[in-house]
Amino acid sequence: MGGEATKAISKEILWGGGRSPFSVSYGKMMMWYFLVSDALTFGGLLTAYGFARAGSEAAWPIGEQVFRALPGLEGEYPLMYVALMTFILIVSSVTMVLAVESGHRNDKAGVLKWMAWTIVGGFVFLGSQAWEWSHFIHGSGGMFQLEKAVTVTADDGQVFELKEGEAVFMDHHFGHLAEPWIEGNPNVSLVASDHGVKLVEVGEHTHEAELHSLTLNKYIENETHVSGAEMMKLWEARGANFSFGANLHDSEYAVQQQYADFFFFITGFHGFHVFSGVVINIIIFVMAYKGVFERRKHYEMVEKVGLYWHFVDLVWVFVFTFFYLI
Amino acid sequence: MERDDLLVNDSYALNAHHSEEEGRKIRSKIWKVTGILTLLTTIEVIMGIYFKRSEAFSWTVIKWSFIILTLVKAAYIVLVFMHLGEERTNLRRAVIVPYFLFICYLIFIAITEGFGHLGAFQMFH
Repeated sequence: MGGEATKAISKEILWGGGRSPFSVSYGKMMMWYFLVSDALTFGGLLTAYGFARAGSEAAWPIGEQVFRALPGLEGEYPLMYVALMTFILIVSSVTMVLAVESGHRNDKAGVLKWMAWTIVGGFVFLGSQAWEWSHFIHGSGGMFQLEKAVTVTADDGQVFELKEGEAVFMDHHFGHLAEPWIEGNPNVSLVASDHGVKLVEVGEHTHEAELHSLTLNKYIENETHVSGAEMMKLWEARGANFSFGANLHDSEYAVQQQYADFFFFITGFHGFHVFSGVVINIIIFVMAYKGVFERRKHYEMVEKVGLYWHFVDLVWVFVFTFFYLI
Repeated sequence: MERDDLLVNDSYALNAHHSEEEGRKIRSKIWKVTGILTLLTTIEVIMGIYFKRSEAFSWTVIKWSFIILTLVKAAYIVLVFMHLGEERTNLRRAVIVPYFLFICYLIFIAITEGFGHLGAFQMFH
């Protein structure tokens, strides 16, 4: 596949001028240099993340605790959704390399077929990321901070001496109604129930959510549930500070706002690369369809856009490891 | 100067053509690498779900396994999918060497300073 690059050529001819010493075209060489610089940008972002994390005083959230939901399903599936996204991107990288291979055989039908699949893969990935962002922004229940110190016994018997300001997490049924309640929606009210308290919504949608249990250390190690009378001690000690999901000012995931900020910036910057990759892929697909490369007698443009697309996959492999796994 | 990627005759791109026979070999290699990448990702996910919290492996072992598996995946993507392995050695080095020089320094200095900050914080609180 290397063609010219695999030929043995003497140094005098290679570096003697009038030809590329790398035996690649100007465009391909510049695509490589662009990718090196872009890789430094992503390397810088991930390193900045490592810097913030290494210097963090409070425990840092861990991936399999934060990312454990699947669309439309109850229950916990740690890392499954991100693994699926990774797989989608790897597969679209494979279809891209198959398009490049077809191009080397001047097989227009093959190029069109594999480019089309690559574009589909890109859209599926973008859609997955949209869901993940939406889930991250809405959160899964929200948290409140304690107004005063309190000592509770968890369901597993552990005793926690919690200080003022520590985070307590609600489940997503209760949290779903707690958000409008905190925001002062007149349709939602807090009432006493058999075991403690519940939130009741009246009006257009009538439903209620009982407070069954509260969670400590939800997004870090040693997640623990507290229920019954001990739970009510936590609930009574709640302050006015509630957080639901995450945005650029507030986050339920960690006391460090940086965690949500890095999530938005790193996956957002990568997602923007995927988006531009899809746009460029579509442009090259249309050019291939119109026969531009057939007339040019080579499909090198497919190879160049392929380099960019593989790079996007490559970056995701690193984001996956350093943001979600470690 | 003419853009050499648009040349029809005597361009590097034209020399990258291959026959049906070679195409089959290349495709089988692509599928093989796909299998390897999928397998490595699966191992990472299983490690992330089950091994991270187990007593059997220390966090250092798990962390370095993640990093090594990731570098292996990256090498397959760059060398096979991006064909860097089949380019001339001088291009390969022009891409890889400067990148590694910068990124290794950046990682070293950022992590050192990060832990330094934490140490200073702990000392004064």
